[in-house]
Amino acid sequence: MIQVRNLIKEFEGRIVLDDITTSFKKGAVNMIIGKSGSGKTVFLKCLIGLIQPNSGEIRYNGRDITEMRAREMKRLRRDMGMLFQGSALFDSKTVLENVMFPLDMFSRMNLRERKKRAEFCLERVNLSHAADLYPSEISGGMMKRAAIARAIALNPRYLFCDEPNSGLDPKTAQLIDELISDITDDFGITSIVVSHDMNSVMNIGDNIIFLNEGILEWQGSKDKIMDANNEKLNEFVFASELFKKIKAADTIISENNASGQEVG
Amino acid sequence: MCTLIPDEMSIVSSLESVGEYVELMRRVMAPPDRVREFFKEFSKEVYKLGVNSIWLVIIISFFIGAVIVMQIAINVASPLLPRFTVGVVSREIILLEFSSTIMCLILSGKVGSNIASEIGTMRVTEQIDALDIMGVNSANYLIMPKVSAFVFFMPVLVALSMFLGMFGGYIICLFTGTPPVSTYIYGIQFFFRESFVWTSILKSMIYGFIIASVSAYFGYHVKGGSLEVGKASTDSVVINNILILAADLVFTQLVMG
Repeated sequence: MIQVRNLIKEFEGRIVLDDITTSFKKGAVNMIIGKSGSGKTVFLKCLIGLIQPNSGEIRYNGRDITEMRAREMKRLRRDMGMLFQGSALFDSKTVLENVMFPLDMFSRMNLRERKKRAEFCLERVNLSHAADLYPSEISGGMMKRAAIARAIALNPRYLFCDEPNSGLDPKTAQLIDELISDITDDFGITSIVVSHDMNSVMNIGDNIIFLNEGILEWQGSKDKIMDANNEKLNEFVFASELFKKIKAADTIISENNASGQEVG
Repeated sequence: MCTLIPDEMSIVSSLESVGEYVELMRRVMAPPDRVREFFKEFSKEVYKLGVNSIWLVIIISFFIGAVIVMQIAINVASPLLPRFTVGVVSREIILLEFSSTIMCLILSGKVGSNIASEIGTMRVTEQIDALDIMGVNSANYLIMPKVSAFVFFMPVLVALSMFLGMFGGYIICLFTGTPPVSTYIYGIQFFFRESFVWTSILKSMIYGFIIASVSAYFGYHVKGGSLEVGKASTDSVVINNILILAADLVFTQLVMG
């Protein structure tokens, strides 16, 4: 269970995260959404300890990471998997070596077991055929899948994803979303996904946190997001024509149902 | 970052950079997370930074050695000086300065820029963040194998450079006869002090440490994109050259003075 309390982060006097208090659902896909510059990525980097907040608490099972010693933090990091926006695969290693890397560094398995585990992870993301290729030889979608395989190699308890769909076509983006959702369910991981893609939110989001200019404006499930009574959230959600039309259609259906009931 | 550049230099920012460098080296010198992985990376770096520099060392040492002998033969043509002086002076120049200092200045261009741009690119593409997230000491994992491999291989490059520099002179003597080969060989053996070879090797190992660690510092602290990576690469070469020359001055005074 991850709990955040009164989190504040400033950069050169500019408040990027303003007194954020929230918690993330265990074993579910938690999505942090908001427009560009709303503080999503900074929030994510605070959660994983890459950025130190100015004040506030980030508790993993009750332990505040802002007060953890280096050794304790290092142990916690082994429970974390991270999918970066640009995949962040190591250029000098093949896809298989990339997936094996966390196992090489931290597991007590022998070479055969490490290889077997890495191959299992690659198979899980349907990338067995690209095991011997270098990151420069595969597509953006394949890179994301390889990065997911690397992130789950050590059986993490938490999976963090920073804009997993950026730069991908809609079909591949959907595949990546489904993969994150399936892995979350299959391995019982708590996933935290930063995104500004509403399709992803509606696809896989179990718990949604909306940030606007560093302030947590709204939190709830995807079923409630379309009817939320929050002006800034509505502006964000219905910025796309598709969602405007869905909303309009939804309103018409509701009105028709209501008038039908009155006639009846 | 990169505040050591002379035109931007201020006392405070320079001290901050020195502090950052010392802090980075403290992390670099920590015990490796996995010794097996360290040696794997170490052997790769020996090949990449050391073995791949051999051709550059061969070409430059041979030709510069030849030119040194030609220049000395032309400019030290005096009836008051014995002809074997050409061999003696060439040997001292090659052993004491060329094969260690000048060769390291040249290598800082190749190896230094390679290290700074490689680590800088890893920084801007979040590969270093990925290592940190996994709980890997990224400074140690990335920098330690490079520094130790380059320092370890430096004596090989210097010894090769010494031999080829003097061999270049030998070839010139063979073709021009000025001075005759036998006189040149007598000259390079005349009053030979073995300690000069060891001094030169020790110097080059210090310069090797400077090149690898300073370049890694510039790469590791890159912020931004490809432009900043390019700037870090250039800055690392400039600063390496300044530091090598300063270290040469201090070392020569301490050891030879």
